[in-house]
Amino acid sequence: MKLPIYMDNAATTPCDPRVVETMLPYFTEKFGNAASRSHSFGWVAEEAVDYAREQVAKLLGAASEKEIVFTSGATESDNLAIKGVANFYAEKGNHIITCKTEHKAVLDTCKRLERQGFVVTYLQPDAHGVVTPDDVRKAITDKTILVSLMLANNEIGTVHPIAEIGKVTREKGVLLHCDAVQGVGKVEFDVEKMNVDLASISAHKMYGPKGVGALYVRRSKPRVRIVAEMDGGGHERGNRSGTLNVTGIVGFGKAAELALKEWRADAARILAMRNRLFRSLTSQLEMVHLNGAEDPARIPGNLNVSFSFVEGEAMMMAIKDVAVSSGSACTSASLEPSYVLRALGVEEELAHSSIRFGLGKFNTEDEVDYVAALVVRQVERLREMSPLYEMHKEGIDIKSVTWAAH
Amino acid sequence: MAYSKEVIEHYEQPRNVGTLDKEDPTVGTGLVGAPACGDVMRLQIKVNPETNVVEDAKFKTFGCGSAIASSSLVTEWVKGKTIDEALTLKNSQIVEELNLPPVKIHCSVLAEDAIKSAIADFRKKQAERNGERKAENAAPAAQPSQGGK
Repeated sequence: MKLPIYMDNAATTPCDPRVVETMLPYFTEKFGNAASRSHSFGWVAEEAVDYAREQVAKLLGAASEKEIVFTSGATESDNLAIKGVANFYAEKGNHIITCKTEHKAVLDTCKRLERQGFVVTYLQPDAHGVVTPDDVRKAITDKTILVSLMLANNEIGTVHPIAEIGKVTREKGVLLHCDAVQGVGKVEFDVEKMNVDLASISAHKMYGPKGVGALYVRRSKPRVRIVAEMDGGGHERGNRSGTLNVTGIVGFGKAAELALKEWRADAARILAMRNRLFRSLTSQLEMVHLNGAEDPARIPGNLNVSFSFVEGEAMMMAIKDVAVSSGSACTSASLEPSYVLRALGVEEELAHSSIRFGLGKFNTEDEVDYVAALVVRQVERLREMSPLYEMHKEGIDIKSVTWAAH
Repeated sequence: MAYSKEVIEHYEQPRNVGTLDKEDPTVGTGLVGAPACGDVMRLQIKVNPETNVVEDAKFKTFGCGSAIASSSLVTEWVKGKTIDEALTLKNSQIVEELNLPPVKIHCSVLAEDAIKSAIADFRKKQAERNGERKAENAAPAAQPSQGGK
């Protein structure tokens, strides 16, 4: 086993070597611009892009590869979807529905639209991070043009019931955008079966390269129209100008093909490792809280737990040979703990104590056992150093103490 | 964020982790910060009441590595000092010694607050004790003047 161990696959994943191998010729001998119509270099590149488009379309269950718009990544896809729909359908209505636990690429895009006169409803999820179809139904008004909800949450791994929500939006004649970055290739996702009208995905979360993503835009029943953000050469059917990142797109296509073929087997193996990690931690430590939902409303690779009385950043420092992330304030410049955990109603103290393990297909059982043993040892060490743990052992309720907030 | 080697050293080998008897009249306890803010420091000093010299110091901290390192450093610094000397300790000295970045300055402020709070607790206990002694000595005479305070 090699150190350090990477267990932050929700942040990014390494490229699958098969993906890299597929990409390599496109850096050198097949370097053409996919928009060059006048020579074979361009034709070869265009053909490669079209093939990748089909691979990505298949992964999403899209009816046509023409529904795939390549972008620089999911942040751009989210921006293009939400602003693109808002601007195109502004005459039809000005109301957008989303959720408090969405990614900042969605939330900040919505906030910008609010400043431009749009009205946004931020749905309150339940304590596990779930938004129900009924929540969506109740929020829809005759001014609603778009519902934007993620497939799976990046911090807590909660999976939204997109299929059921899609029935509601279709019935009400409202468009549904799904930020599927964290869920595609990990749980069921099919834009046709789920009535999804726009979907954002990113290559680097599924063992492809960074800097490439896609936006699915439905072309029939209903035909979805968007206003482009980027003006220029009219690439991607006018939806996204800019020379195509051919190498990245080729890698993305390969990653999508592999995901489609292998995701179920990978998911089962990753789920077994995650359960092994969770069981190991909870059987050896008291006061370990699971943040987010239970299976099946949780992606297999996500384990977000709070170790009471131990601050998250100190914990990460204690396991510095293991790459994880934390919802602790100290990991950000804002000094505020995770907005996702706070939206769930997780107490601030526990939000500060949260650690997110993101397991991926390249993790091994040996790594899981090593990490579990290390975490247990370090939580015990840090609790011995924690005044809150001592108070807990003395039977003092920490909530009954008047703290001088600073 | 990369940690300074000084922070890592204190974090990995913290000095004076532990608990002193908070009921002991020669022990001052400072408990500062709040769980909701992600930092709680408890700093305790044992002071010789004759000389006012800090003979022992212990801490426990819930917080990030920089908070743990700041408290560890402070316990080292105050040992052997008089409480008046300890009171002159400034958070900027902690920042300098541990090479803390701007986002971690609050950890040093908290450590300064903790030592001030521990000294205040010690002084309060001593004053109460002296008050009791005085009251004991003057017990018969003190009663009529009750409520005059």
